[in-house]
Amino acid sequence: MRLCTPEEWQSYKGAFIALWTDSAHAYALYQPAELLAVALQDGAYPALPAPGAAWFQRLAHDLNGHVAAGAADTRPAIEHFCAPDGRSAWPDFAPPQGEGVHQLSVGPVHAAIIEPGNFRFTVCGEQVLKLEARLGYAHKGTLGLMRGKSPRLAARFAARISGDATVAHSLAFAQAAEAALGLQPPGRAVYLRAVMAELERITNHASDIGAIAGDAGFAFLDARFAAQRERLCVAAAAAFGHRLMMDCVIPGGVAGDIATGGAAAVLAALDGLEAELPGLTRVFEDYASLQDRLVGTGVIPAELAAAYAAGGYTGRASGQAMDARCSPGYAPYDGLSLETPVETDGDVAARIRIRLAEITASVRLIRVLLDSLPDDAIAVAPPAGDGMGLGVAESFRGPVWAWLRLTGGAIADIFIADGSALLWPLLEHAATTGILADFPLINKSINASYSAVDL
Amino acid sequence: MVWKTIARHLAGGHAPAAKPDAALVAALRARLTAAAARRLGRSLAIRHVPAGSCNGCELELRATQNLIYDLTQYGLSFTPSPRHADILLITGVAGRNMLEAVRQTRAAMPDPVFVIAIGDCAVDGGVFKGSPMVSGGAEAILPVDLVVAGCPPAPAQIIEGLLAMLEAHAG
Repeated sequence: MRLCTPEEWQSYKGAFIALWTDSAHAYALYQPAELLAVALQDGAYPALPAPGAAWFQRLAHDLNGHVAAGAADTRPAIEHFCAPDGRSAWPDFAPPQGEGVHQLSVGPVHAAIIEPGNFRFTVCGEQVLKLEARLGYAHKGTLGLMRGKSPRLAARFAARISGDATVAHSLAFAQAAEAALGLQPPGRAVYLRAVMAELERITNHASDIGAIAGDAGFAFLDARFAAQRERLCVAAAAAFGHRLMMDCVIPGGVAGDIATGGAAAVLAALDGLEAELPGLTRVFEDYASLQDRLVGTGVIPAELAAAYAAGGYTGRASGQAMDARCSPGYAPYDGLSLETPVETDGDVAARIRIRLAEITASVRLIRVLLDSLPDDAIAVAPPAGDGMGLGVAESFRGPVWAWLRLTGGAIADIFIADGSALLWPLLEHAATTGILADFPLINKSINASYSAVDL
Repeated sequence: MVWKTIARHLAGGHAPAAKPDAALVAALRARLTAAAARRLGRSLAIRHVPAGSCNGCELELRATQNLIYDLTQYGLSFTPSPRHADILLITGVAGRNMLEAVRQTRAAMPDPVFVIAIGDCAVDGGVFKGSPMVSGGAEAILPVDLVVAGCPPAPAQIIEGLLAMLEAHAG
């Protein structure tokens, strides 16, 4: 960490990842893992010019009351009902301008079984002119609950930052706690963590690819990918005792060893997926009516993805070759040859192609990892200590970062930055490249987390 | 018989309006309610509201619709419109920012409505119990007819809970 002056803080050039505050400082994180801090002056700090910083500055205001001096966007992030009459303090959406232009409000309760969020579309006919996403509906006060607890106790909250990325969030949190305490998890734990993380990646990719086809009215692919996801969840439960592998990664290692027969169950599920995947991919590529819905839909240009330093398949489909497993990198991936597929089209179809390629890569990784599991312990107990730590894990949708400060073995301060915060503005842009009926496809193809940014 | 009755009424002009027996009305109402429960009991539409969850319960709710569990075979299906729904299914902690949305969804549903809380968070707040942003489960907003615990409950558990409720109400 580097403590800098307000001038250095504002003029630092780098790919912005996250911003947060504690009682004395504001912190900004840049790629690959450059952490800057600036002292708060009367509860304020200079706003950052990076476009991705806007959400974090709004969040810091709602969570801690700290003001980003000079920020253009001062809308609430998660405080919806703080007005004196108990109603929403959200400012009115800008009224539509021009003939035939009108607005549609969707959510927070959506048609599908998804998380809550409000979308305000400005449309002309079918064409979407503008999308404004209002988040914060899933706010649970998670960070506040983690303070004062030991890393092991607080891990239950990290596992529930976003249920679909529970392994990745648990891993980022555990690695932050281990960094703060100078703790080295045993080799077997490191390998099992990676098995779980890759299994989670495949499961989510399979589920989402099917769901995108389903949103385009193509039920066959949805049904087959959902069946594959189910087999993977059953295998995960057989191997690690939980269908989503929640609470399986803990600071110091993993909660339990892989069950007897667990590796065989996982490998059998992967074989089943691998056998069916070429056929499903062919269906994806061959059906013109499906491709018509996916190609050229929800385009995110490379410059925009770069401006927001988008990670995950969203960034990789728009020319950004970023993968936290390689840079900054963490064990055990440094010892495995890892390919990061990159495309440049930036549309829904490109994001699907990236995810299909990642499924194949992760299947290979799991086989290598399970084949070479070290035979040492599965966990070491974290000592009660002091320190500051930063941890990262590449979730299926992009990097997730955890930062914490321990005092006497308890969490004094913590922040968790999911890559989704940088994906929401990109979704707002991508929606405007299509018609309203394309929005479910675009939204699902990016699949930014609501819960992980609402905290 | 019907035609004779109609003919008699036509010939004899309007019959004097008789006050229905209160006891008879009560008995009929009870029979009608039972019949309605039987009818509704086998084919219900579910409106899901995520009231501050982590997305884990949503994943498993979606899984109840896959080829393996096939929720619709039991006459149960998810509906986007609260107007068509018989069951209000709540996941999540009943967070402060979702209270109004839950209330409005319930208000948009025609009676009778069954309220179901799925997952530990919706049961009592789960691990988030005690947070000032959390009301502590669906019961804090609405009377709940059924809870299915689990973090998240597996699709089979969710379906088991729904079927148990159907059995209880179909009586």
